[in-house]
Amino acid sequence: MGKERVAVVGVGQTKYSATRGDVSLPGLLREAARNALADAELTWADIDAVVVGKAPDFFEGVMMPELYLADALGAVGKPLLRVHTAGSVGGSTALVAASLVQAGIHRRVLTIAFEKQSESEAMWALTLPIPFQMPLVAGAGGYFAPHIRAYMRRSEAPDYIGILVALKDRQNALKNPLAHLHEPDITFDSVKDSLMLWDPLRYSETCPSSDGACAMVLTDEAGGDAASKPPAWMLGGAMRSEPTMFAGRDQVSPAGGRDCAADVYRQAGIDDPRRDVDVAEIYVPFSWYEPMWMENLGFAPEGTGWKMVEEGATQMDGDLPVNPSGGVLSSNPIGASGMIRFAEAALQVRGMAGEHQIDGARVAVGHAYGGGSQFFAMWAVGSSKP
Amino acid sequence: MPHIGSREVAVVAFAQSDHVRRLEHQNEVELVMPVLHGVKSTLGITQEDIDFTCSGSTDYLAGAAFSFVQALDGVGAWPPITESHVEADGAWALYEAWVKIQTGQADTALVYSYGKSSPGSLRDVLSRQLDPYHQAPLWPDSIALAALQARACLDAGVTTVEEMAAVAVRSRRSAATNPHALLRVSEEADVLLKEPELAAPLRRHDCPPITDGAAAIVLAAGDRARELAERPAWIDAIDHRTDAHSMGVRDLTVSGSTRLAGEKAGVGRAPVDVAELHAPFTHQEVLLRRALGLGEGVDVNPSGGALAANPMMAAGLVRIGEAAARIMAGGAQRAVAHATSGPCLQQNLVCVLTGSTGGGA
Repeated sequence: MGKERVAVVGVGQTKYSATRGDVSLPGLLREAARNALADAELTWADIDAVVVGKAPDFFEGVMMPELYLADALGAVGKPLLRVHTAGSVGGSTALVAASLVQAGIHRRVLTIAFEKQSESEAMWALTLPIPFQMPLVAGAGGYFAPHIRAYMRRSEAPDYIGILVALKDRQNALKNPLAHLHEPDITFDSVKDSLMLWDPLRYSETCPSSDGACAMVLTDEAGGDAASKPPAWMLGGAMRSEPTMFAGRDQVSPAGGRDCAADVYRQAGIDDPRRDVDVAEIYVPFSWYEPMWMENLGFAPEGTGWKMVEEGATQMDGDLPVNPSGGVLSSNPIGASGMIRFAEAALQVRGMAGEHQIDGARVAVGHAYGGGSQFFAMWAVGSSKP
Repeated sequence: MPHIGSREVAVVAFAQSDHVRRLEHQNEVELVMPVLHGVKSTLGITQEDIDFTCSGSTDYLAGAAFSFVQALDGVGAWPPITESHVEADGAWALYEAWVKIQTGQADTALVYSYGKSSPGSLRDVLSRQLDPYHQAPLWPDSIALAALQARACLDAGVTTVEEMAAVAVRSRRSAATNPHALLRVSEEADVLLKEPELAAPLRRHDCPPITDGAAAIVLAAGDRARELAERPAWIDAIDHRTDAHSMGVRDLTVSGSTRLAGEKAGVGRAPVDVAELHAPFTHQEVLLRRALGLGEGVDVNPSGGALAANPMMAAGLVRIGEAAARIMAGGAQRAVAHATSGPCLQQNLVCVLTGSTGGGA
């Protein structure tokens, strides 16, 4: 997996909300970064390099904003790298940061991902004009709804599965004080009765648009050993990409996602993901992507992911809790959403997830995807050194 | 020295487009495809022989979010590939690829980058790179900011307008032997200095041409590099550093991050034959030479540099490619390549390339 082991010794997140009007861009990032440094019991001076990720720069209207943020992130005089791999970027950014440690180039790396979506209108920013895209869809939901329809037809899933996922994730979010959406009154019927946006996706089955940042401090093995709090050890990590469209591409269960997961499991020594993984933080921006990814990531045989949802296997008390943090459905600063999945996986195996902790979690996966279901990033972390 | 990296990694192939003022009838995919096929066919390999792919570009040139996604169509990413992208010059994509090889997870890497600056008003587009609260609302454009830096350099005695003109003349005449360059001739310096100022103290000749273009490089480790190339250009060291963003808190007459990256990369440890410096403005070449401690004997920008062709997001990667090409051709033994990003040389990358492994000294 690399010459040097990687430990997550610090995790920091902001409070997520629709508008963080109380902070500037640097203020938002520093909130997450300082929380991560405090968790790691390190200071800015201990950091060797900074790796920043975010989704399209148009969201905030700042071109290559890491240049402006260099001062705020304590990166002056240090290497500063900016990653952008569409929606998977939060995960990819963590993996690039990890590679700096794995290669033995740096000992302590701060990695941070963010989005301040209140600066613009993300849905229309994701609606590309002619000639970049056919003028058929509005927002990511419009793009993905046909893929979900195809999944429902293929798997013969009952039409209420998406409602169950949305209900679960929003209820999990009530246990996560940082989550954007806290909807204590949510019920199956309130989700079902919410506005149909992109059939079969209802308003309550759709991710919010959030402001927020997430940061992690990654260290080498010595750093992990020296940490006073339990570290999360990286067991494996992978990225995969494939083209947006060509005849024969399976957009419901993309080969890139399957390959990415298989690569991570191979590195981590995970033979049976359903058995060996204790908790998963999966990128589910629209409810139906939970059962779809359960199949794509090898947790359920093809066509049966929805049964995991129906049986409650992905609930907090199920055999594979998925998104105990509330997931992307409850907090979605797009560029950070992938890193939040990676960081929440780390918190679980560190035993530091608070009220949404899964008892005894020893192996967790974090997952992100982006573009037209074509960019994938995933890692597995464990409580024990590999 | 851990930052140098312990695996031997070399540039084994480099290709670039013809850099032009305005590429009107090709989109980004059509721009990168010949370059990507160029590096692969040179080596007789296909995408399946590449372990890791990394690109550099920016949405602000394309005018569309996720513009790099379409460019992936030029790669042939099927079956799915291990791939990443930096929102930066391709030189930083090359850095990420070099790191990936250092981890031992890849033995070969394809790096590419591209930029079409012509569709918009580049100097205004680049102003969107500035502090969004205090600077960007004033729309100070990239030439105006470079002019402020040039003025500071003149006032500090770092350079003179005559020296700046000489840099312009030498760069564009050097480009006469570079068929990919855009500006390949120059008037004499005394003629240039009679021209009016564009943004005082910069004249037109002090500024880079607005350019559309692309470049690609293949990296390979150890014996794989020796198999693929007769004379690989070994990356002896590579490092990058950033300065503060705000022009009010840094000394514009020096490039601290270039000096630091050059020290980390060990530029001064042995003589340098060739340097390819990413200096879009004439005074910046003078600054960079100083920061890297390059003396009179160093052949600077034999390709013509960014003053002869400046494809945004590719010009830094082109510098590494040009430096590597001199080594691969046998004309140089030790070369320095430099890339820059951000206003007034904010962020800088330095790569030392040699004709033999083990330091190249």
